[in-house]
Amino acid sequence: MEEGVKVVGFWPSPYSQKVIWALKQKGVAYDYIEEDLSNKSQLLMKSNPVYKKIPVLLHGGKPIAESSVILEYIEETWPQNPLLPKEAYERASARFWIQFGAEKGPTFGSLFTSTAGEEQDKAAKDALEVLKILEEQGLGNNKFFGGDSINLVDLALGWLAHWFQCIEELVEIKLIEPTTLPRLHAWVENFNQVPVIHENLPDKKRLLAHMKSIREMSISAK
Amino acid sequence: MAEESKVTLYGYWPSPFAKMVEIALKLKGVPYEYVEEDLTNKSQMLLSLNPVHKKVPVLVHNGKPIAESLVILEYIDETWKNGPQLLPMDPYKRAQVRFWASFVQQQLQDSMIKVAMTEGEAREKLVEEAYEKMRLLDEGLKSFFPDGNPSIDTEHLGLLDVVFVSFFGNHKVHEEVLGFKVIDPEKTPLIHCWLKALLDLPLLKETLPPHDKMVAFIKFINESALKSSTA
Repeated sequence: MEEGVKVVGFWPSPYSQKVIWALKQKGVAYDYIEEDLSNKSQLLMKSNPVYKKIPVLLHGGKPIAESSVILEYIEETWPQNPLLPKEAYERASARFWIQFGAEKGPTFGSLFTSTAGEEQDKAAKDALEVLKILEEQGLGNNKFFGGDSINLVDLALGWLAHWFQCIEELVEIKLIEPTTLPRLHAWVENFNQVPVIHENLPDKKRLLAHMKSIREMSISAK
Repeated sequence: MAEESKVTLYGYWPSPFAKMVEIALKLKGVPYEYVEEDLTNKSQMLLSLNPVHKKVPVLVHNGKPIAESLVILEYIDETWKNGPQLLPMDPYKRAQVRFWASFVQQQLQDSMIKVAMTEGEAREKLVEEAYEKMRLLDEGLKSFFPDGNPSIDTEHLGLLDVVFVSFFGNHKVHEEVLGFKVIDPEKTPLIHCWLKALLDLPLLKETLPPHDKMVAFIKFINESALKSSTA
């Protein structure tokens, strides 16, 4: 029986969602604590003094921050339903794509806060390039990045299957389409059908409204 | 050595990212071939081995390429069991090592670069930010060195030691070029002791680039960067 597991998260964040997906995929019971990011709790400040951000995982009272670090911890602590390959080279390959996804965050951020015109055209072009690399070199002809079933790479990139569609709607540009990115498009559909994912997604309408207000704030701050 | 198990490292002598891989291979006693890349004129080989990023370091083992320095370090640790274990066995301790390694490689490195690229009043603020980040690391190190005394030998070096010495082993170079005490014994006493203990190890000292060569290189880079930003 594992000691208390707590997740400090924020409902619209794909970062806290991937921690939840990993725990659910492994059948690990946890308590969820919703953080108000406009009024950060003592628990959060104490558990993540370096970044003061969610998600934070607490296991037996010991905190772990940074979602990629948390996912590896979950994988190592609860080995059932493995989310990383056993073989060293394949593990390195998985970690490479997790890092790639993390590094390319700003590219999608630029698209998210862009307004119509040259800036947006460039942002869309850059984002498409990243998506093409993911499709051709990351996914290849596999159903999931993990092969026949999802693994940590799918979880790390899972935001592309739900949050990205909100970005597309807000900037009125559709990038992941069956004609332009057939395999990635199929991955989005398949990923969303995985039961743990399907049952653990923030409400689309509520998320869209939240992201719309974030976008408007970012644009007016520019 | 059989061709399939041959290890080749594609690197660039001033790069701390490539340096950490070199150090890891040496610690593990892995024989390898080193290929120096000219990053102003990247080889076809590098471009084909790392088509996504087109960067060093790339490690090739059993004919297969691995890119991204921290990914390579974990691969080395999992593949070669001689020498020190770079990551501890305990998952919580592993998480702490990964957390801080990423902090050094991204946060601290980012701060140093920002200071190097900025002049005047704005620079003062960035120097203070860099110190603040160093203080966070100094605080974090307390859990690694609970008695406040980092004594280190090559058999017990870990991933965080390798990453930190690769970025800050040449701190005197940064101090000379940037004109501020990057590793301040008063502001960050634990980091200061730790780095001193690391640099006492011949293997690390000898693998790092020579001081004068590094000074000339950093000066050149900074001057080019400032020129192009004010052009």
